Amino acid sequence: MSAVIERVAPLRWTAALLAALGLRGRTLVIAVPMLWLLIFFLVPFLVVAKLSVSEPAIAMPPYLPLVERDGARMTISLSFENFGYLFDDPLYIKAYFFSIRLAFFSAVLTLLIGYPIAYYIARSSEARRSVLLMLVILPFWTSFLLRVYAWQGFLRSNGVINNFLLWTGIIDQPLVMLQTNFAVYLGIVYTYLPFMILPLYANLVKLDEALLEASADLGGRPLPTFFHVTLPLSMPGIIAGFMLVFVPAIGEFVIPELLGGPDTLMIGRVLWNEFFSNRDWPTASAVAIAMLIALVIPIMILRTAQQRVEEE
Amino acid sequence: MIRSLSLAGLLAAAAALPALAQDKVVHIYNWSDYIAEDTIRKFEAETGIKVVYDVYDSNETLEAKLLAGHSGYDVVVPTSNFLQRQIAAGVYQPLDKSKLPNLENMDPELMKAAAAYDPDNTYGVIYMWGTNGIGYNVAKVAERLGEDAPTDSWSLIFDPKYAEKLADCGITLLDSASEVFPSALTYLGLDPLSKKPEDLEKAAGVIEAIRPYIRYYHSSQYISDLANGEVCVSLGYSGDVFQAAARAEEAGKGVEIAYSVPEEGAQQWFDMMAIPVDAPNPEAALAWINFIMKPEITADITNYVWYANANTASLPLVDPEIRDDPAIFPGPDVLAKLYPAQVYDARTDRLITKLWTRAKTGQ
Repeated sequence: MSAVIERVAPLRWTAALLAALGLRGRTLVIAVPMLWLLIFFLVPFLVVAKLSVSEPAIAMPPYLPLVERDGARMTISLSFENFGYLFDDPLYIKAYFFSIRLAFFSAVLTLLIGYPIAYYIARSSEARRSVLLMLVILPFWTSFLLRVYAWQGFLRSNGVINNFLLWTGIIDQPLVMLQTNFAVYLGIVYTYLPFMILPLYANLVKLDEALLEASADLGGRPLPTFFHVTLPLSMPGIIAGFMLVFVPAIGEFVIPELLGGPDTLMIGRVLWNEFFSNRDWPTASAVAIAMLIALVIPIMILRTAQQRVEEE
Repeated sequence: MIRSLSLAGLLAAAAALPALAQDKVVHIYNWSDYIAEDTIRKFEAETGIKVVYDVYDSNETLEAKLLAGHSGYDVVVPTSNFLQRQIAAGVYQPLDKSKLPNLENMDPELMKAAAAYDPDNTYGVIYMWGTNGIGYNVAKVAERLGEDAPTDSWSLIFDPKYAEKLADCGITLLDSASEVFPSALTYLGLDPLSKKPEDLEKAAGVIEAIRPYIRYYHSSQYISDLANGEVCVSLGYSGDVFQAAARAEEAGKGVEIAYSVPEEGAQQWFDMMAIPVDAPNPEAALAWINFIMKPEITADITNYVWYANANTASLPLVDPEIRDDPAIFPGPDVLAKLYPAQVYDARTDRLITKLWTRAKTGQ
């Protein structure tokens, strides 16, 4: 690498310039993701944070500016009333808990379904593996929205599933599946399954088979071997997959909106209501900020668990 | 050499002229299922202005875009009560009426009614108007409630006694508190325009009591669901129910959909064409509005979407079946029962949304 830099004049000059500025290649490599986070996470976060302490108004945009200038006088007005609302009304707290509960159970279900799949793929022959992995990723080729709409077609009262069951005579009244929490679980598990399978696979495929053989040699039957060897070793993969499903599922809006019933009280929908029906952008922002803060705790717990597992 | 070059340049310029006219674009943002199939094509053919047409299904969606600013739309179609508040927020530009000669086709009485929201009709022209009533599947309702089902009363939806029996075939409400609360208030015999918290609490109680029997809350899904028999009773927009009825008839599966304006009273609303203050192409927007006000164009739209228009000159061109239907063009007795759409202040809005969410979720 450095030989190339030495040989190509412009690269050499750039390297010399950067060295003169005190920047080294390593700093630059880290700077790219940092810049990315700065632009696409920190800046929007600050905008939302600013909005959450403004006051709503009938105006365009519908809130009052934080900083007002009147000649030499400048007033900054911050309103924390919006956060007060969140505690005034049990609705918000309930929505947070409902979302966390739903996301948690969805992640557990996804894990239960994803683990055997990932395990099977990891234990397949190399040629087979790439085909199977391809199949896992294949659904991403179609828009996520379209796939959720397709589920509507399956689940509705005169949809594919009900028509089939009616035709076979298993049921004589259509089952109400659409607009229920069942449909939401189904939608989330279906959509997020690849996010569970891929990290699990990446972990399981690295599993040293010698360990399994050692266990067998020492008289370990397959099931105890799985619980004492494979499962503990795959913990980092489980935690990574769990986080990839659990965290985005909490803020999920599209799936509960399209498949859920009116009593699917997810925080994403509460936020939508604040933003659209109340046109109260400040409170909507407060809901978002509060969710972010509420999310930090479970994420930190999972992170430390993951670190502990990796250290062992 | 130079001469031939400049000639080529001239030719190119001449060729570019019509192309330039073609490059003019007008961005329209209108309700879903709310225009005749050939309206856009006819406008493009007549004016050479290209139309980019997007749709929404709730005033709330439109309002969020408008309030954020720079929506990029030239013409939007908010409902009168939303228009009023958006005017206060400074969203619109006054219409240049010298560019709208077809205004003379409009019904002065209806324009006057719309002026209650928009003094002197400064910012808006009526696109279509209608009522919020009950759309229902005639056979399925009769099957469950008998021949004397109260199809001309809000109790069909809001009385748990009836709602319970209809639950299995599917009841739907519009997903908009500002449409459902006045109906619930009317059902209770209260003032539909009431802003009193105690009245609104009572209305929320009514909505919550029927929650177990509601299939879903959505503002456009019920059109196709009524038509194919997926649901059987909807609190809906008049024209949307008529569209469902027409689709059901086309499908020929024996589904018959009817619409009723409940005798307790119903909300009358006007959808208004208006131009955002930051519209990229206000000239083209005026051309569009003026074009829509042509009698034959408005008649086409009414014939297709089954909504009443406010264009007197278009009436002779409207299908008699639609023009003479009192549920679409109501007679004086029904008109007397209609009440306007309410504009709520921020505080009432917050209360209603809160009550609405609670009534919808049971939490």
